[in-house]
Amino acid sequence: MQNRLKRLSLGIVATLAAGTAIMIALPAVAADPSGPAPQFTLPEKGGGQLSLAQYKGQVVMINFWASWCGPCRQEMPLLEDIYKKYHKLGFTLIGVNVEPDSKAADDWLKATPVTFPIGYDKDSKVSQMFKVSGMPTTVIIDRKGNLRYRHISYKPGDEGEYLNTIRAMVRE
Amino acid sequence: MQLVNWLKVACGAFSGMTRGDSVGGGQKAWFLPACRALRGAFSGVGRGDSFGGGQKAWFLPACRAVCGAFSGVERGRWGKVLAVLCLAGAPAIADVLPDDRADVLYHNYTGGGITIQGPSVLVRKKVGDNLSFTENYYEDLISSASIDVRLSASPYHETRKQESGSVDYLHGKTIYTAGYIHSREPDYKSDTAYFSISQSMFGDLTTVSMGYRRGWDNVYRDVKVAGVLQNDPTFHERADHRGYSVSVSQILTRNAILDVNFEAITDQGYLASPYRKIRYLDPTVAGKGFTLADQIYPNTRTSTATSAQFKYYLPWHAAVTGQYRFYNDTWGITGHTIEVDYTHPWRKFIFDGSLRYYLQNPANFYSDLFPRANYQNFMARDRELAAFHSIAIGLGGEWDFDFPWIRKKSSLNLHYNHLLINYSDFRDALLAGDGTYTAGNEPLYKLNANVLQLFWSLWF
Amino acid sequence: MGKILATALVMTGLLLAGCSPIQPWVKPYEREHFADPIMSFSRDPVSSSYLDHVFESREGSRGATGGVGGGCGCN
Repeated sequence: MQNRLKRLSLGIVATLAAGTAIMIALPAVAADPSGPAPQFTLPEKGGGQLSLAQYKGQVVMINFWASWCGPCRQEMPLLEDIYKKYHKLGFTLIGVNVEPDSKAADDWLKATPVTFPIGYDKDSKVSQMFKVSGMPTTVIIDRKGNLRYRHISYKPGDEGEYLNTIRAMVRE
Repeated sequence: MQLVNWLKVACGAFSGMTRGDSVGGGQKAWFLPACRALRGAFSGVGRGDSFGGGQKAWFLPACRAVCGAFSGVERGRWGKVLAVLCLAGAPAIADVLPDDRADVLYHNYTGGGITIQGPSVLVRKKVGDNLSFTENYYEDLISSASIDVRLSASPYHETRKQESGSVDYLHGKTIYTAGYIHSREPDYKSDTAYFSISQSMFGDLTTVSMGYRRGWDNVYRDVKVAGVLQNDPTFHERADHRGYSVSVSQILTRNAILDVNFEAITDQGYLASPYRKIRYLDPTVAGKGFTLADQIYPNTRTSTATSAQFKYYLPWHAAVTGQYRFYNDTWGITGHTIEVDYTHPWRKFIFDGSLRYYLQNPANFYSDLFPRANYQNFMARDRELAAFHSIAIGLGGEWDFDFPWIRKKSSLNLHYNHLLINYSDFRDALLAGDGTYTAGNEPLYKLNANVLQLFWSLWF
Repeated sequence: MGKILATALVMTGLLLAGCSPIQPWVKPYEREHFADPIMSFSRDPVSSSYLDHVFESREGSRGATGGVGGGCGCN
């Protein structure tokens, strides 16, 4: 029994190890964003509607976030700084909250307020349109309305990449 | 061989793969050696012990120790105990390291003539973005006048101390964990090293963990010399342990998650207790009718345990958990564990309730009373190896609050468990010969124990 | 039996390697419940490992007690 058990255990470990090794070897599949960004309209925090069309001509950064997502919460104050800095140069930032019930998000925003517009994507339609495959997801749309940049996840230091991309696109 | 043909197909698929942008020319070359190695590993499976030197070298990087590990075997007169303390905590998600926290716990077990209490302090701290360190200090202050102690020895007090530390390293979607546990008491020292890897995959719906664990124990014995307990210099035994574990965690729906775990453990060396005794029927002993003798254990033990845990989010904001574990080993012990838990948050509180049922079939060398001396090669009377069923109910309350001054999340927790064990083949041998019971006809033993935990947690 | 096991192992390996055509059916923005501590298998590791230790010291069974996985899936 011991021998069969040992072989079985090692067989299972070998399979999983091989699968894992291959998984680690594969770089993160990130389809290069291209083409026009999908148009959408969402209810806005504070009332009214928010639509992508109203920002045509500006560089638009959309950040998909949720109050239950640690890295999203960590990123928000930095996004606020970026918004404040580049807002007057033809740049805007939209925070799309993906929660079906926005109460937790509103409570969190009360404690950590931001000045950029927040839209509620309660039925996940906009998340699906933008093929959100990780939390948080940040996309940047140029002045012509084309999707030019996509970043999944947030680690401290990522905002440097955002700033470089925004600076370049704002000059276009 | 059919398996090798399948693998040829798989490897052929990989080498021809050009899906998406992720697999380009450079990547192809990487796969093939891995595939060949895998094929080579499997072609040995059907042909006996081919996992020798050459193959082992390939596996070692991939063998990790996942949680659920055991430290050393805690022996001594508190019985056969595997101190489970993978207090690094299982790396729950292989994309973010667990939050920094500190826990201070007071634990108390009282029942069957034993009281064991003490502290457990845990600190987990991130250093940078990718490293997290965990340290734990744990103590058992043991005061034992258990049924086993009263039968073959005398009540004693003892302290067991345990220190453990581990590090988690996050790289992409993988967490690598390495840890070490050292446990010591006057008559038992154990050291355990473990290593595990946890990989998040398939859109983060699946987490696969693998672990390897290695333990080294040194067993000593205390004897009473002129009424004073001291170490017996003539007694020093060793025991070694190896553990392999695999876990797969799968998110099933928005509300449900399923974990499947498999763990194989091998022990070698001195696996008995220097203090516990067996008893055999002896009509020449007036009154009691039995004589005590040394237990004789096999010097190897291999066990496998397979378990599944299912957790479901209830629509009124609560959670229910169902668990089942099947255990089997080369000593003939089988164990079935079933547990149901319910968690209900309410305002600043979280309430937990649990019900656990355990059924065990005995070791094949266990007997409460052997018919005569030297009845068989291996003999044991440890009730941990007996036939019994147990029921444990648990209740817990957690109060969440913001810690003053630093305004970080904090909680105060109280957990109570009641454990009832009904033995089917372990009798209260202390009652033999008191006029009512003869050896082998004493009432079956029942254990009632209360377990209390009071702890404070801080997230920082 | 051996063939079935072999097939299962290879398929598992392929699945894990991402060769599967199946797409993740729970999207990252649908994982709010798993970020909730009540959905964690081990909310307080110092307490659950102590309780595992209590049971393991009274019983003959050991191993496979852990619950791993879940979480918000962020990053």
